[in-house]
Amino acid sequence: MSAHAATLERPGERGLSAAGPASVRIVVGYGFWIFLLSDIIMFSALFATYAVLHEQTAGGPSGRELFALRHVAIETLSLLFSSYTCGLALLAVARRQMRAFYLCAGLTFVLGATFLGLELAEFAGLISRGAGPSRSAFLSAFFALVGLHGAHVTVGLIWLTFMVAQTAYRGPRDFVRRRLLCFSLFWHALDIIWVALLTLVYLMGAR
Amino acid sequence: MFGKLTWDAIPFDQPIPMAGSLFMTVLIFGILGLVSRKGWWPYLWREWLTSVDHKRIGIMYVVLALLLLLRGFIDAIMMRSQQALAAGGAQGYLPPEHYDQIFSAHGTIMIFFMAMPFVIGLMNFVVPLQIGARDVAFPVLNAISLWLTATGALLVNMSLVVGNFARTGWLGFPPLSELQFSPDVGVDYYLWSLQISGIGTLLAGINFVTTILKLRAPGMSYMRMPVFCWTALSSNMLIVAAFPVLTATFGMLLLDRYAGMHFFTNTGGGNAMLYFNLIWVWGHPEVYILILPAFGIFSEVIATFSGKSLFGYRSMVGATLAICVLSFTVWLHHFFTMGAGADVNAFFGIMSMIIAVPTGVKVFNWLFTLYRGRLRYEPPVLWAIGFMVTFVIGGLTGVLLAVPPADFVLHNSVFLVAHFHNVIIGGVVFGAMAGLNYWFPKAFGFTLDRRLGIVSFWCWLVGFYVAFMPLYVLGLMGMTRRMQHYADRAWQPYLIVAGIGALIILCGIAATIAQLVVSIRTRQSRMDRTGDPWNGRTLEWSTASPPPIYNFAVLPQVESLDAFWAMKQAGKRAPAGHYEAIEIPGNSANGFVTAFFAVITGFAMIWHIWWLAILGLLCAALTLLAFGWIERKEIEISPEQLAADDRAHLAAASAA
Repeated sequence: MSAHAATLERPGERGLSAAGPASVRIVVGYGFWIFLLSDIIMFSALFATYAVLHEQTAGGPSGRELFALRHVAIETLSLLFSSYTCGLALLAVARRQMRAFYLCAGLTFVLGATFLGLELAEFAGLISRGAGPSRSAFLSAFFALVGLHGAHVTVGLIWLTFMVAQTAYRGPRDFVRRRLLCFSLFWHALDIIWVALLTLVYLMGAR
Repeated sequence: MFGKLTWDAIPFDQPIPMAGSLFMTVLIFGILGLVSRKGWWPYLWREWLTSVDHKRIGIMYVVLALLLLLRGFIDAIMMRSQQALAAGGAQGYLPPEHYDQIFSAHGTIMIFFMAMPFVIGLMNFVVPLQIGARDVAFPVLNAISLWLTATGALLVNMSLVVGNFARTGWLGFPPLSELQFSPDVGVDYYLWSLQISGIGTLLAGINFVTTILKLRAPGMSYMRMPVFCWTALSSNMLIVAAFPVLTATFGMLLLDRYAGMHFFTNTGGGNAMLYFNLIWVWGHPEVYILILPAFGIFSEVIATFSGKSLFGYRSMVGATLAICVLSFTVWLHHFFTMGAGADVNAFFGIMSMIIAVPTGVKVFNWLFTLYRGRLRYEPPVLWAIGFMVTFVIGGLTGVLLAVPPADFVLHNSVFLVAHFHNVIIGGVVFGAMAGLNYWFPKAFGFTLDRRLGIVSFWCWLVGFYVAFMPLYVLGLMGMTRRMQHYADRAWQPYLIVAGIGALIILCGIAATIAQLVVSIRTRQSRMDRTGDPWNGRTLEWSTASPPPIYNFAVLPQVESLDAFWAMKQAGKRAPAGHYEAIEIPGNSANGFVTAFFAVITGFAMIWHIWWLAILGLLCAALTLLAFGWIERKEIEISPEQLAADDRAHLAAASAA
C-alpha cells in the first residue's frame, strides 16, 4: 500500500459514512426523498415557464381578472388540513391504533378530494368563460402548472386508497408502514409545492 | 377506430425506407422465430426478462446499446455517403425529407439509446460490486428502468416501419417541431419514445444515488470509494437534477401538439426560445452524465494497468464534483446567437472555459498515474490513451466555441459537429469500449480476444480522425450542418475523405463483433477462474467471475482505498469462519409487463388511438398496483452453499 492511501486512513475513526449498508427503512425513505427532489425540479421547470409566460396573455384575460382568492383560500385550507390528518394517520398506525388510522386516512381522502373538486370547478369555470389552456401562453402555463399539481393529488388519492386497502388486508406490517411513510412524504411535498404555487400564481397574480 | 393510422403509414412507395423496414421486420421476427424454435423462451424469461439482478440488467443494457449502435451507425454511413455524392447540382440518393429523418434519428439514437444505456449498463454491473453491495437499492425498479429504456428504443425503431421519424434534429426545436410545421407523427414518435425512456433513466438515477450513498460495505467511507463510483454518483445526481426538466419540457411540447396550447408556438404569446433554454438546462448536464462515468472507467483502467494507485485521488474526486456543479452554469453557450446580450454571453462563455479546468486536472492525474507505471498494453489501456489524446483536442475546440465571437462564426457549422463527435466518440464511446474490454471477463468468466480488440481500437481511432478532421476544415470554410446537398464543389473532396473515415470506423465495429464472436467460441481456452484477470485493485475483482447472484458470500470489510489491492498485499483472503444466510429478491415480471403496456400506450398516443392509449395506461397502472399488492418473495441462500461457493472461489484464485 502506498503512503498516499495510508494518509487517508485514520484507524479507530469510523464515521457514519463507513458504517456499512443502511437498514431497509432508511434506504426506502432516502430513495423516496431523492424522488421527491426530482419531482420538485420538474415543478421548478414549470414555475420558470410560468414566470416567463405569465404576461403573455395574447389579448386574453390576465390573472387579475380570473383568479378568485376566496375559492383558492378554501382549496388551500383543505389541502393543508389534509396534510395534518395525514400526519395523524401515520402517528396512529405507529401506535397500532387502527381505528384512528382509518378515520384520519378517510379524512385525508375527503379533504384531498375536496381540493381536487374545487380545482376542477375552477378549471371548468375558466374554460366556460373562454379562458381555456389554448387561449394564451399565460393560460397554457397556468393550466400546466396547476394541473400537474392536481394530477399529483389525483395519484396521491389513488395511492391512499390502495394503502388503506393494503393496510386493512395485510395489517400494519413493516413493508406496509414503509409505504405509508413514503405516501406521507409525497403528500407533504405536494403541500410545499402548493404553497409556492399559491404565492407565485394566485397571490402575486391577483394583485 | 385507429386514429391517424392507415395503410399509408407503411412506406410502400419509397424504396429505401421500405428496405429498411423490411430488414427490421425480418430481423425481429427472425430472432423471435429462432428463440421459439429452439425453445429458449423459458430460459430467457426466467434468467433474463424477469431478472432483477443488477448484473443481468447491466448486461442487457449494454446489449441494447450495442444493437442500437449498429442502427445509429447505419444512419451515419448513409449521411456520409449522401454528402460525399450530393455536390454541385447532384442530389445524391436520399431525398431531403428522408435525409432529415436520418440525421434526427442518428442523434436521438446515439445519445439516448446507445450512449445512455451503455454507461448505465456499465454502472449497473460495476457499481454494486465496487461498493461491496449485494444489489442496487431497488432491484425491481432497476428492471423497470431497463424495460422502459427498451420501450423507447423499440418505439424509435417502429417509426422505420410504421409512419416516419422526426425531421427536426435530435432536440426537436420549435417552432419547427410544432404541429403547424410538423403535422405528421414523426415528432410524436420522437417525443413519446424519449418521454418513456426518460422516466426509466430518472428512476435509474434515483436508484443509483441511493445505492451509492446508502449501501456501501462496512468501512467504505466516501474517501475510500473507487473513482468510478464517485463519477457514477455525480452522473446519477445529474440525472436526478436534469431529467425532470427534460420531462417537463417535452410535456409542454406535447401539450402544444395535442391540446393546442401555446408554450413554444409563434402565436398566442408562446416563446420558442424558452424551449431552447429549458432543453439545454437538461442538455448540457446530459453530456456530463455521459462523460463522467467514462472518466471513471479511464481512472480505473489506468490505475489497474499501471500497477499503481491513482495519482491525486482527492483532486480527482474534487474535479468530478466541480464538473457536476458547474455543468448547470453553462447551458447558454449552445445558443449565444439568441441575442441575450454581451453580459449574459460573457458570463456563460467564461463559465464554459472554467469547466475545462477540472477536466484538465483529470488529464494530468491520468498522465502522472502513467508516469513510471509498469504499463501493460491491453485493449482497455489503448482506448484510454487514445481517449487522452483525442479528448484533449475535442476539449480545445470546445474552449474555442465557448468564446462568443468565435461562436457567432462557427455556430451551426460542421465545425460544431466535429467538436461534439470529438468529445463524444473520443470520450464516451472510447470509455464504453474500454469498460467493455475491462469488465467483460468479470461478467462472463473469460477474457476477450486481445488481437481483435487492438484492431478494433486502431480502426476506431484512425477512422475517427479521418472522418472528423475534414469537418473542422469544412466548418471553417463555412459549411453548415444538416445539408442534404450543397452547391460548393470545393467541399466535396473533404466529404469524400470523411466518408472513408466512416468506413474505417465500420471496420472497427466489425472487429468488435468479430472479437465477441471469436471470444465466445474459444471461451474454453480463455477461461479466467481467478476472478481477477488484470490484477485489479477494487472489490469487483475479489469475487468470482461471473459473480454469484449474491455478489459476496460475506460483505467485505474495507480498510483503505483500493480495498482489494490492500487485501491481496496483506494476504487476507481466507474463507470466513462464519457464514450467514443471505436473502436476495426473487424474479419479477413487473418491469417487462409494465413496459409492454408502455409500448402500447406510446404507440396509441403517437397515432391518436385514444381508446387504446387509455387502455394501455390503465393496464400499466394496474400492473404496478397488482405487483405492489403481492408481497415480494425472497430467495434464501443457505450458509452451507455460501461456504462451499466461497471456498471453491478462493481455492481457484490461489491455484492460479
